[in-house]
Amino acid sequence: MSAAAPELVRQPWDAIVIGGGVMGCSTALHLAQGGMRVALVDRGLLCREASGVNAGTLTLHMTRAALVPYAMRAWQMWMDAERWLGVGVLATHVPGLTLAFTDAECELVELRAKARREYGAPIEVISPQRAREIEPGLHPSLLKAGYCEIDGFASAYLTGRAFRHALTHAGVTVFENAPVEAIDSGDGGHVVRLASATRLEPMRARRVVLAGGVWIENMLAMLGVQIPIKVLINQLVVTERIRPVMRTVLSVANGLLSLKQFANGTVLIGGGWQGDGTRELGGVQARPQNLVGNMRLAAYAVPALAEARVARIWLGLEAETADAMPIIGDVPGVPDAWVVGSAHSGYTSGPFMGRILAQHILGQTPELPLFDPARLLGMPMPGA
Amino acid sequence: MSELARRDLVIIGGGPAGARAALRASACGLSVLLIDENPDAGGQVWRPLPAGFSRRDDAQLSPEARDGDALRSELRRAGIECLFGHKVWNVGTDLRTDVIGPGGSVSFRPRALLVATGTTERVVPFEGWTLPGVIGLAAATILLKSQNMLPGRRTVVAGSGPLLLAVANGILKAGGEVGAVVDLASRGEWLRSLPSLVGRPELVRQGIAWQWRLRAAGVPVYYRHTIRSVARDGEEFVVRIGAVDATGAPLPGGTRGIDLRGDAVAVGHGLVPGTDVTRLLRARHRFECERGGWIAEADPDGRTSVVGLYIAGDGAGIAGAAAAGAHGEIAALACALDLGAIDASVHKRERAPLVTQWARSARFGHAMAGLMALRNGAVAGIAADTVVCRCEDVTRSEIDAAVREGARDMNQLKAWTRCGMGPCQGRTCGDVAGALVAAQVGSREAAGFFTGRAPLRPVSLAEVAGDYTYADIPIPKAAPL
Repeated sequence: MSAAAPELVRQPWDAIVIGGGVMGCSTALHLAQGGMRVALVDRGLLCREASGVNAGTLTLHMTRAALVPYAMRAWQMWMDAERWLGVGVLATHVPGLTLAFTDAECELVELRAKARREYGAPIEVISPQRAREIEPGLHPSLLKAGYCEIDGFASAYLTGRAFRHALTHAGVTVFENAPVEAIDSGDGGHVVRLASATRLEPMRARRVVLAGGVWIENMLAMLGVQIPIKVLINQLVVTERIRPVMRTVLSVANGLLSLKQFANGTVLIGGGWQGDGTRELGGVQARPQNLVGNMRLAAYAVPALAEARVARIWLGLEAETADAMPIIGDVPGVPDAWVVGSAHSGYTSGPFMGRILAQHILGQTPELPLFDPARLLGMPMPGA
Repeated sequence: MSELARRDLVIIGGGPAGARAALRASACGLSVLLIDENPDAGGQVWRPLPAGFSRRDDAQLSPEARDGDALRSELRRAGIECLFGHKVWNVGTDLRTDVIGPGGSVSFRPRALLVATGTTERVVPFEGWTLPGVIGLAAATILLKSQNMLPGRRTVVAGSGPLLLAVANGILKAGGEVGAVVDLASRGEWLRSLPSLVGRPELVRQGIAWQWRLRAAGVPVYYRHTIRSVARDGEEFVVRIGAVDATGAPLPGGTRGIDLRGDAVAVGHGLVPGTDVTRLLRARHRFECERGGWIAEADPDGRTSVVGLYIAGDGAGIAGAAAAGAHGEIAALACALDLGAIDASVHKRERAPLVTQWARSARFGHAMAGLMALRNGAVAGIAADTVVCRCEDVTRSEIDAAVREGARDMNQLKAWTRCGMGPCQGRTCGDVAGALVAAQVGSREAAGFFTGRAPLRPVSLAEVAGDYTYADIPIPKAAPL
């Protein structure tokens, strides 16, 4: 934890950002760069949840169609991370392919490509011959592929280190291992109370930003606002280093595979196959039948992967709102409180989403529209 | 997914603890399955021969080979169901145990799971420790015991604990040359462990024989010394050693080292309990340096904080092979009691002599574990540019820098540096890296340990995926547009 002088802690912060993932870090960083005195508070360590354990896919194929403009701007931010964070995350620009092996999947590839093209994603549907020129290791039964030149990946586990560096340089004070237990909001601003084990005094702030991923539901409840957030428990698999077997980012038509080989030779297999876990416990364990399914799909798409040995399997929590779109904007009914997060493919778009919320808080016009949380009040969760 | 095969008790690890547990649990009436990745039971201490090997001359059997053969035939006589040559790669919170062997994958759903996976060797890194030809003491015992192979023509044997003497003697007995024995401990530390030998005449005899053979061969022994560096010089290694203090820290002015020569180096600084399974199942752990490091919290009968999960043997805290066998049987009795196979009076009657046996054996084992415990001065003395995580080539200075920049625990360290992300999953570097983090964050407890992850052993995609066509892939419904 970065130590701040006690008298400074007692003065109200211009803003306290609760949640040190990509969204919270980016918001805190841009607020500080806008001249505010900012504290960033996390119950654990920076970017150790979804922001540090996701697959690092920077793709337009799997991003929600309406989020493509956000993802494209964020993609550029990731590629330029060394410039604005000072430390990179090994962001790598390669093309992305989304694969169809059945007639139904061919239709899906066409449909998804068309929807994304309408939002500006340069995705075209190509022949299997052309796809295999781009990615020679693909399974011969490929029927069609969506192709996008703007794609790539980062090493998500480096995200915390990069933001830690940037936040320190921007003068943001970071409080780690500091769980927030309550937020008292009134005319004079907010008082953020931390777990007693931290032995930290309550923190006062003029503004508060909630950036807690799947835990946004609990954070909003501290302010008396009820918005249900669904929790997805995504399984991830990484292999040992193997010879180069692929060079693109691969997905399948229905979105349930992400596959890439890093420069170090390891191959990351994701796609959102579900494991066991809860908001309270986090990821508990992978489901063996879903591991088998995910690995079959990966080794089907690129047959050479069959020889790879799995080094590690883990889980990451992803949030989903009732309309599967993010919440970025004012907390309904609570002055000087904002919320950011719960975006599908949130890592891809995260740095840009934090930036536009900071622009809004700083009184500027955001580069792209926010996603008003008030729309979700009283909206039932589908299937709930 | 096919129906899972049910058993009362699955035991992972066929060393003394696991094998004796299997025998005892079976005698109590439990249906038992014993799984080991090796071709037969015996563990590291009573290591079986590789598949297809046979002994030419049974008259030359070492006591350990004899004990191992006796155990193996006892398992066969008792008809214990064993899966050898199989690796457990995943365990679920419901104790579902996923196993892969030559015939493919198979899963079990036991009512209780006993983990008897022993230990991994620790090496406190020095310049050159990753060179081919520099191997662990435990690796040297595998070569000697199960394959009758010498590590080299002339081997420098270094590190700490009883394996030093065992390996040096094994090499001499097999006709090799020992360049020197380099021991972190002092002669006085060894002498202070002598009282633990009371009541163990067989160990006293063995110890005397070992000392005599070393002396007869004229092997120099350097107490309170450590390897500073190993470098290649043509066909040979130049092994630079230097004096250390009681914490293992290089003595100031100790640059005036001694150069030894040999074509192999066997080095080990003690054993670390294997906690892969208990960490994966999120059992509570505590740090006990004198027992090898992090160990799962358990009662004396091996019950962990996870219901149905038991541990026994050196993986539950180092106490030696003799104690491990008794501990395995004690844990088996606890399983039998908890599963209702025996009643409290039978349990009490059968447990008492085992506890006595355990206590007698563990006294010596604990003394040896103390000699093998990680010495903080040795960790502090690791040079800045020495590789600590050999899978990912992470140096000591990279670890120190990451912690200074704000990686405050082992998992943040792993993310920021890749330390522990390689094929060994931190089994090799985790203990030393933990000591390096602890030196900055205050304690091993604050530093924590690498979160346990599947697979427990690397498995190939082909092994997990099996035979299938595209239609066999249970693809979930499409993500929202």
